[in-house]
Amino acid sequence: MSLSVSFENITKEFDAVRVLNGVSFDLVPGRVHGLLGENGAGKSTLMKILAGYQDATSGVIRIDGAVRHFGNSREAERAGVVLIHQELNLAEDLTVAQNMFLGHELRRGWLLDERTMRAQARGALDQLGLTIDPDTKLRELIVAEKQLVEIAKAQLRQARLLIMDEPTASLTPAECERLFALVERLRAAGVTIVYISHKLDEVERITEEVIVMRDGRFIARAPTSDTPRQRMADLMVGRTLTDMFPPKRQIEASGAPLLKVAGLTVPGWVDNASFELRPGEILGFAGLVGAGRTELFEGLIGLRPRSAGRIEIGGRQVRLRSPRQAARRGLTYLSEDRKGRGLHVRLRLSYNLTLMDLARHAHPLLSTASEERALSTAIAEFGIRTGDRDAPAASLSGGNQQKLAIAKFLQPEPRIFVLDEPTRGVDVGAKRDIYFLIDRLAAQGRGLIVISSELVELIGLCHRVIVMRGGSVVATVAAENLNEEALIAHAIGTYTHH
Amino acid sequence: MPLAPTPTTETQASELRSGAAPSRPAWRLRLHGYGPLLGLVLVSLGGMLLNPDFGTWDNWANVLSRTSFIGIIAVGMSFVIICGGIDLSVGSMAALIAGGQILLMNSLVGHAASFLVVAAGMAFCVVMGGLFGLAHGLLITKGRIEPFIVTLGTLGIFRACLTWLANGGTITLDNGLADAYGPIYYGSLLGLQIPVWIFAATALVGALLLNRTVFGRHVQAIGSNDQVARYAAVDVDLVKILTYVLLGMCVGVATLLYVPRLGSASPTTGLLWELEAIAAVIVGGTSFRGGEGSIAGTVVGAILLSVIANILNLTSIISIYLNAAVQGCVIIAVAFLQRHRR
Repeated sequence: MSLSVSFENITKEFDAVRVLNGVSFDLVPGRVHGLLGENGAGKSTLMKILAGYQDATSGVIRIDGAVRHFGNSREAERAGVVLIHQELNLAEDLTVAQNMFLGHELRRGWLLDERTMRAQARGALDQLGLTIDPDTKLRELIVAEKQLVEIAKAQLRQARLLIMDEPTASLTPAECERLFALVERLRAAGVTIVYISHKLDEVERITEEVIVMRDGRFIARAPTSDTPRQRMADLMVGRTLTDMFPPKRQIEASGAPLLKVAGLTVPGWVDNASFELRPGEILGFAGLVGAGRTELFEGLIGLRPRSAGRIEIGGRQVRLRSPRQAARRGLTYLSEDRKGRGLHVRLRLSYNLTLMDLARHAHPLLSTASEERALSTAIAEFGIRTGDRDAPAASLSGGNQQKLAIAKFLQPEPRIFVLDEPTRGVDVGAKRDIYFLIDRLAAQGRGLIVISSELVELIGLCHRVIVMRGGSVVATVAAENLNEEALIAHAIGTYTHH
Repeated sequence: MPLAPTPTTETQASELRSGAAPSRPAWRLRLHGYGPLLGLVLVSLGGMLLNPDFGTWDNWANVLSRTSFIGIIAVGMSFVIICGGIDLSVGSMAALIAGGQILLMNSLVGHAASFLVVAAGMAFCVVMGGLFGLAHGLLITKGRIEPFIVTLGTLGIFRACLTWLANGGTITLDNGLADAYGPIYYGSLLGLQIPVWIFAATALVGALLLNRTVFGRHVQAIGSNDQVARYAAVDVDLVKILTYVLLGMCVGVATLLYVPRLGSASPTTGLLWELEAIAAVIVGGTSFRGGEGSIAGTVVGAILLSVIANILNLTSIISIYLNAAVQGCVIIAVAFLQRHRR
């Protein structure tokens, strides 16, 4: 049942750029391996080569001792090697069940066996605690549900080697728990697992051994139990990381609220939500996926219809019907979906940066020089690492794309800045950069709102955290009372006063 | 206070590397932008070798004036396609505007001075084009109907209305207006006919609009990804509507230049112009999926397609009846060369 893998001297080049540089290591049958490394370290590329999505430039892979080469993912899946992608690979217009069996449809004679497929899909979803109907169209699901569908789909393939690339990127703690239980079941059944994640607490919890890669090379491997998180992080970045979070500043308690939201209702998502944000404050929003956090702010800036609610910015009531009006009133919102809603990945860096405040560069004709100056300023201010300034935004690594996106949404000089999952898919070094950045923005007197599913991040960064459940604000937790247990308890509704 | 986060040298090294990964050799990128122009130069050289008449000033002036109608429409079409839309109706729209304009001018003859009648007719073309474009834009954005469907519908509607107005025959311009209106097409300046100059002016304004104004940048942003544009506070609906209005006005301008040439409108006026305009845009290197493209490319694309027809006319290697086939091959070849572009 179990399956062993040896990478022997794998190299991979894209247009003469080496992303893998002679990687050799083994995967032990039946073990849960944590594969660590920063963005660009080569983890995903190596796993794509293993699962038949890409070819190595040189080097061989041995599976159970024999040299194997998979020309495509189907061949790999037939051999029991299944990769769950970081980027979701699902057809939006097909149903959940159709997606799960895509390319592996069950038939009865000439016709599709819909009933069996639906039942099997149902079973796999149940194991992950996902209660959606297998006949739901994929486009109706939110990101986290799609992610769970990907995982359920992999389960149906009867994997002997399962590679999970950032599976929890958009999952809430409760969903993560169910995923971990599944990993445990699979391990007990003898499946070899490779678990790629930036979340070191998860790696610590569910893996037996960690393998670290850096700059396209194998760096180290060690039993997880002998490797504290700090050591993992140090190995990944190749130096010692100091504190992840900036120290929390005091904010003026007497300050008038910058943003005041009262009784905001987004039909179907948010019911009667009220909160306040003060200047210089970093306010967190916690909650399970589907709790209505994203929808609350999409409703606030007019991307979703509101049926009720009063919004005050700087003490004056405002009507926000579109992101354009919100930006004019000094409020911008950076979506959790960086590639689909945050950045134009096919457009060049300067076009992305200046899009929200183009008028500043138009007199009345747009001045390229002025835009390039803005880009230079942003690159310096936000620490964006870029090879070629004229390249499209897609050429930046995840962390640098996020820094560019933050810079973009700060161009109109908002007084209130909402960041939705600001560190999703971002490596440790860039994460720390972003935390310090958020702190400096708050220090300038702006109001910052951070929506996050990473509790550690909310606890380390925020002055207060609002917890939402089922579309309602259920708790506001002050900095001194912030801990993971309390936030989870509020989010799932099991909180009791001690 | 600068916002520079504490530098992380190792991160820099690894991210620089991944950042450089998808880049291509610089010469290929540079060559890419000039592909259509290179094609035009090569085809022209071939034309000159095959027939010395091809290279004469007269022939070129002739090719350019024939190109201007499609060229002007193609400039407007570039905006629509770069913004992620499409308009199939432009040929029918030109026919209906031409018919309406002639009927209007004929009814005004005798009531006002000829040049005023002509001016009113020309203004009518531009206004009608703009209104038709506005209707397209509203149906597409506020009515949330696919641009292909909307303009497929109006393609039929416009031409049927013209056929009905013309009673299945031809609407002819009053002879008394020919002298006043004729120079708009036949007049020339520095050896080139008026439509060529209007084409050049439209292209210049279009290029400026696309590359150097907020509107142009928003067009590119929406075509590249309209969700991202919406979240970035761009007024997506307004910009989309404006692209259709702009195209409609371009159709109006092309029509007002075209009418004095034949002095009539019939059910075959402007037939297949939509395909020629779209072909010019695509041959010019604009991505059919939107987001990127250039007006210069569109101009070159329009001229290239005319030049091919002209060469087939002047030489006997390939029959002129195969003109559309040769153009079709060019379109597919261009798409083939661009298939790797994302």
